[in-house]
Amino acid sequence: MDQGNKDHAALAERFNEDEPRVNWHDETLWWVRAKRDKAAHTLPEWEQLREAASQIKNNVLSNLSEYLLQFEEKAKANGVVVHWAADAKDHNEIVYALLQQNGISRIVKSKSMLTEECHLNDYLQQQGIEVIDTDLGERIVQLANEPPSHIVLPCIHKKKEEIGELFHEHLGTPAGNADPKFLANAARLNLREKFLTRRAAMTGVNFAVAETGEFVVCTNEGNADMGAHLADVHIACMGIEKIVPQRNHLSVFLRLLARSATGQPVTTYSSHFKKPRKGQQMHIVLVDNGRSVQLGRADFRNSLKCIRCGACMNTCPVYRRSGGHSYHTAIAGPIGSILAPNLDMRKYADLPFASTLCGSCSNVCPVKIDIHDQLYKWRQVLVKEGYAPAAKKIAMQGMTFTLSNPGVYQFAGKAGRWIMDKIPFIVNNKLNPWYKQREMPEPPKQSFGEWYKKNRKDNL
Amino acid sequence: MNSREKILSAVKNNQPAQNILPELQSFLKPDTKVLEKYINVLTAIGGLAHVVNSYAEIDNIIGQEYKEAQRIISLSKELPMPGRAEKYADPHELETVDLAIINAQFGVAENAAVWVTDDMLPQRVLPFITQQLAVIIKRTDIVPTMHYAYERIGNADYGFGVFIAGPSKTADIEQSLVLGAHGPKTMRVFIL
Amino acid sequence: MTVALFVPCYIDQFYPHVAIATLQVLEKAGVTVVYPPKQTCCGQPMANSGFEHLTKGCNELFVKNFTGFDYIVCPSGSCTLHVKQHLHEAENEKEAEYIKAHVYELTEFLTDIVQVEQWDARFPHKVGMHQSCHGQRGLKLSQMSELVAEPFSKPDKLLKMVEGLEIVELSRTDECCGFGGTFCVAEESVSVKMGKDRVDDHLSHGVEYIIGGDMSCLMHMEGILRRQKSKVQVKHIAEILNSH
Repeated sequence: MDQGNKDHAALAERFNEDEPRVNWHDETLWWVRAKRDKAAHTLPEWEQLREAASQIKNNVLSNLSEYLLQFEEKAKANGVVVHWAADAKDHNEIVYALLQQNGISRIVKSKSMLTEECHLNDYLQQQGIEVIDTDLGERIVQLANEPPSHIVLPCIHKKKEEIGELFHEHLGTPAGNADPKFLANAARLNLREKFLTRRAAMTGVNFAVAETGEFVVCTNEGNADMGAHLADVHIACMGIEKIVPQRNHLSVFLRLLARSATGQPVTTYSSHFKKPRKGQQMHIVLVDNGRSVQLGRADFRNSLKCIRCGACMNTCPVYRRSGGHSYHTAIAGPIGSILAPNLDMRKYADLPFASTLCGSCSNVCPVKIDIHDQLYKWRQVLVKEGYAPAAKKIAMQGMTFTLSNPGVYQFAGKAGRWIMDKIPFIVNNKLNPWYKQREMPEPPKQSFGEWYKKNRKDNL
Repeated sequence: MNSREKILSAVKNNQPAQNILPELQSFLKPDTKVLEKYINVLTAIGGLAHVVNSYAEIDNIIGQEYKEAQRIISLSKELPMPGRAEKYADPHELETVDLAIINAQFGVAENAAVWVTDDMLPQRVLPFITQQLAVIIKRTDIVPTMHYAYERIGNADYGFGVFIAGPSKTADIEQSLVLGAHGPKTMRVFIL
Repeated sequence: MTVALFVPCYIDQFYPHVAIATLQVLEKAGVTVVYPPKQTCCGQPMANSGFEHLTKGCNELFVKNFTGFDYIVCPSGSCTLHVKQHLHEAENEKEAEYIKAHVYELTEFLTDIVQVEQWDARFPHKVGMHQSCHGQRGLKLSQMSELVAEPFSKPDKLLKMVEGLEIVELSRTDECCGFGGTFCVAEESVSVKMGKDRVDDHLSHGVEYIIGGDMSCLMHMEGILRRQKSKVQVKHIAEILNSH
């Protein structure tokens, strides 16, 4: 989907042209947030669970190289082939080589944000490989030739009528039928044929256990399992940060993940893949793609604790009113805004500013990532690295001068208020983004400082 | 330097000082109402629960509820069905299964999941590819939470293990819940 | 007990009556209040825009103005939080640290330090309370809807002492209004939409006033209310506590 070089603010403005649709998007996601709250409140130990999850992930980050080696050793002993990919290109080439070796040109893939991050679909299609996304939401956006707009709810931006139309065009469903049950069943029938005929299946990984070499994939639809258990070749791709030390640590994460994501007590399937089934190949691709760099940034490393639940998106008042595509990166929302600049500061310099720093994201985060504090810190880094617009820089320097000098401040304040009082049209015009949809404050006759000087002389 | 060495050395150089692991024992809080809770949660997530006293009772319910099922695979020795087989060489042979009746090792009250491992299945795909799923667990095999679940799993060696909680589902179209995404459209749990 | 009154720059310039109310409320609470006249701003507008490195002058000025008092009190959760988290002054680090530990937002100062149990004020109106994110989630002035924890609210504790006041329950108790400092102009469309939605929540519950502890949020919502030609007004909590 071509979004040009527009930044978040411009894309969000476009999204806001259709206000009823913004309301619908906001309310749908708020409803998911409310389900999350309800689920969290059923567990009195919720905050302790978050703390435990956070501590486990902190431990993982501090021992990651050892855990990766342990995981590799165990996985190999289990009969799984382990691959290492330094970056997206490496990852894509490894996957393609595996398909080539097996003479496979058509695959099914269940949800993996990592493959979105690596733009695997585009790459494979260029090599002549057909990729079918099997998660219903991902299939829908794939048919629409769009990226997912949400990591858990990929087509949350689409109305059922639009989906009905897509299915009519691509799956031959009757025109005008937009019943979710009917459409989901049509997709079920269509995709079942794909599961039964494709010889390779790709999945993501939610958690990988260092102690046992197994990995866990969570879905509600059962698409990861349908793909993996029918295919001759199972390729699972994971970011290196997905490791947990021990199997019993899964208890903490599986209790938190679905409750945070959708308000379910657990996903329908939590599948633990340890060994390939008889006659099957199982591959794991361990992907870095900037993660080891992020690990070295003390202020930002704990973004790697993320378990991709999407709670920060659902609660984010900006995400709900700007849509996932306005973030122009694979992972939208607050967490995406602290992950993306690590990959490309110039391209994603706008994202840490697409927030009011309200802090709701940090409060819902099941692994206690200080998301809004990191947004603040990214702003400092981006400005220092020279990614601030020139006009903003000049404005900030002017403001600094005024606010650092009480005399100048008092004079400027008077002048500013005088302008607002006498010739309001200078300030109240369309060029002033405040005034476009809001009135300016009514300027008072005197500042508090002036009032105090007159009325509380004795105190000065 | 190959990718593996490159990644491992970068990670090693950049990882912070040791952070210790938390203890999880305090999360083990006994619960006496596990059966009631299990049934409530299963019902809430779209599953069906039956507390039964005998296999005859299960047989009876199956006879009533799955009249249209053509191909039934039962993995329960106590519920012999014509379709029973120890192993299928090719998972695709299970394409047309209408009902699979399987045993699970235990259930989890807080989320109504059942734990199934591949040594209990003729093919891993069975509980996913079947149109309808029936699971048998023992009343005494319901643990309160996932912490107890993993205590129970311990260091068991399986090739594949799965927690299954309810029928497969999707809400990807405007958050409307639809049961039966790619896996079973129903899940019935018999608690014996 | 001598308290320095820290008046945020936009209150000084646009809402002097809020600063006057704050001064009078503090005096009514029995504390001696001093207003250091050479104060300007805490530096938050720069810092939140990524220019924290330009706040040196503001920081030096702040430490100079606010050293030597028992407490520093401010009618803004947001500015208080900024000082608490980001005030640094290499040459007077001890003074800066003292300030950071002793700067209070007005309502928490009244409930935690003065420990007000009774208050003489009257405001016989139906109001909606807007929680500022920096006050609530930053300073923890009240419990947050995301957390599984005991409810409490420092501003509500005070408001309950005000005669005749009726506080409505909002549909979304603590959603951000979208002001967000420079966000309000840099992301104008989302900022306004957030503000409109917040205002609608209050209006749909039939409030006469939207009240809050941060004038910046209220200025944003006031701008929207006035554009809509609504009769509903905004008021700072200091004005409510100062009403008779």
